Amino acid sequence: MTMRRVAIIGVGDTEFGELWDASFREIGIKAGLAAVASANITADKIDAVYVGNMSAGRFIEQEHIGALIADYSGLARDHIPATRIEAAGASGGLALRQGFMAVASGLHDIVVVGGAEKMTDVSDVESAMIQSSAADQEWETVLGATFPGLHALIAHRHMHEHGTTRDQLADVAVKNHKNGSLNPKAQFQREIKRETVLGSPMVASPLRVFDCAPSSDGAAAVVLCPLDHAKNYTEMPIEILGSGQASDTLALHHRKDICTMEATKVAAARAFKMAGLSQKDVDIAEVHDNFTISEILAIEDLGFFKKGEGGKATEEGRTSLGGEIAVNTSGGLKARGDPIGATGLAQAVEIVTQLRGGAGKRQVKDASVGLTHNVGGTGATVVVHLLRRV
Amino acid sequence: MATAPRYWRENPSRYNMYGIKCNSCGKCFFPPRVICPVCHRKSVGKIETIKLKGEGRIFSLSEVHEGLEELSLQRPYVLAMVELDEGPKVTGQVIDCDPCDMKIGTKVRVTMRKLSEEGPSGVIHYGYKFIPVPEKSP
Repeated sequence: MTMRRVAIIGVGDTEFGELWDASFREIGIKAGLAAVASANITADKIDAVYVGNMSAGRFIEQEHIGALIADYSGLARDHIPATRIEAAGASGGLALRQGFMAVASGLHDIVVVGGAEKMTDVSDVESAMIQSSAADQEWETVLGATFPGLHALIAHRHMHEHGTTRDQLADVAVKNHKNGSLNPKAQFQREIKRETVLGSPMVASPLRVFDCAPSSDGAAAVVLCPLDHAKNYTEMPIEILGSGQASDTLALHHRKDICTMEATKVAAARAFKMAGLSQKDVDIAEVHDNFTISEILAIEDLGFFKKGEGGKATEEGRTSLGGEIAVNTSGGLKARGDPIGATGLAQAVEIVTQLRGGAGKRQVKDASVGLTHNVGGTGATVVVHLLRRV
Repeated sequence: MATAPRYWRENPSRYNMYGIKCNSCGKCFFPPRVICPVCHRKSVGKIETIKLKGEGRIFSLSEVHEGLEELSLQRPYVLAMVELDEGPKVTGQVIDCDPCDMKIGTKVRVTMRKLSEEGPSGVIHYGYKFIPVPEKSP
């Protein structure tokens, strides 16, 4: 079977943050319309819509998100297929993969893929409960495991086995806040110091408030089409060269090694194989830093650094802007914000923006290949994409 | 709020640490599974319910300060991943301890305690937590 090559021809997003005056449908449409406008297409060209969303049912008591977004995008009369995709934190990345597969297969030509989450319509306590549903409710949450608590178990063990230090965890947040300060759409646009992290309230030891990504509202979207048609719409198409997805045990305690996200390794291997690229080809990466420890695992398991050396690499600035691989130039989930279903798409939007040279003060010079890494739960779903300037 | 049957149907394992042993590969799992993830279909008909002793050692731990509403009165509490002697790892709270004394490698055993309750007049849910087991000094 031959697959068609697929390009991203348009991107759009909203600001991320506590968007009190905007509803779920408003942010979803705003990102979608921006993407469609930047792709220079008209509504009648759109063949299908995919929407990544983790938990609208619990955040805003609304299910049936695919139809809702298509309807308020003005597409109800066109009766296009509209599908909602859910894989907890990986919902957005997985929606992108579904759109990619739809175009690659030849089933659809123009596909809009969006991701959205409206998290601030519930209390912080309720939001924490909803986020914990990405873990195993019956055998983790019911027994007292919070979502930060599970990542704390990873962090503690990583420190024990590999000597990762508390300062190195803080350095992830410091770097991502610095990048966020250069991103006008980031939720947090202020730099912080190590002491800011180390002096913030404890959430689940060793993780403190500044080790955790915030609750956010926001949406992001991309428009896909076959690479052969891409130049009809844009001067700067970005090709999706590789797409990899992998699953693992739902509960963290069933993993062979909690310091390694096996699904990250497998999804990355699949994406690199499809793309015919290797780690040394990658200039920039948006990785799933929902907690500081998560970024350390990610850069190790993606193969950029050896196991146990992710903390040291971060401390030495090897993942900073100007380092050998710039990680989370957008500010990552930590500083740009983490509206769960939108995150995977926001990663793609950042990589496309960088590869097109439009990232302003945070621009990585001559970036030609970028990677996105989107995680659901504590690593039970991972989606990796490789994008390249055409 | 979950209904009583949702908790009630899991009680055999939450109260008694019932797991399974796959008699094709010999590995133990907790909670029970229908299919062995190592042997797949070869395990059909060879899954045996076993009662785990509930003893093991802390594999990783955290002191949880923020989070689940139901446990707000217990915070901070110690959350641990425990590696049971039979092999499976489980997640749960460690109680009746000084959190400062809890380390990776600390010996613990299960004890049945109240996990949560559905309001002042609702159903009370019970299940396993862990307590430290004193070890003789070498």
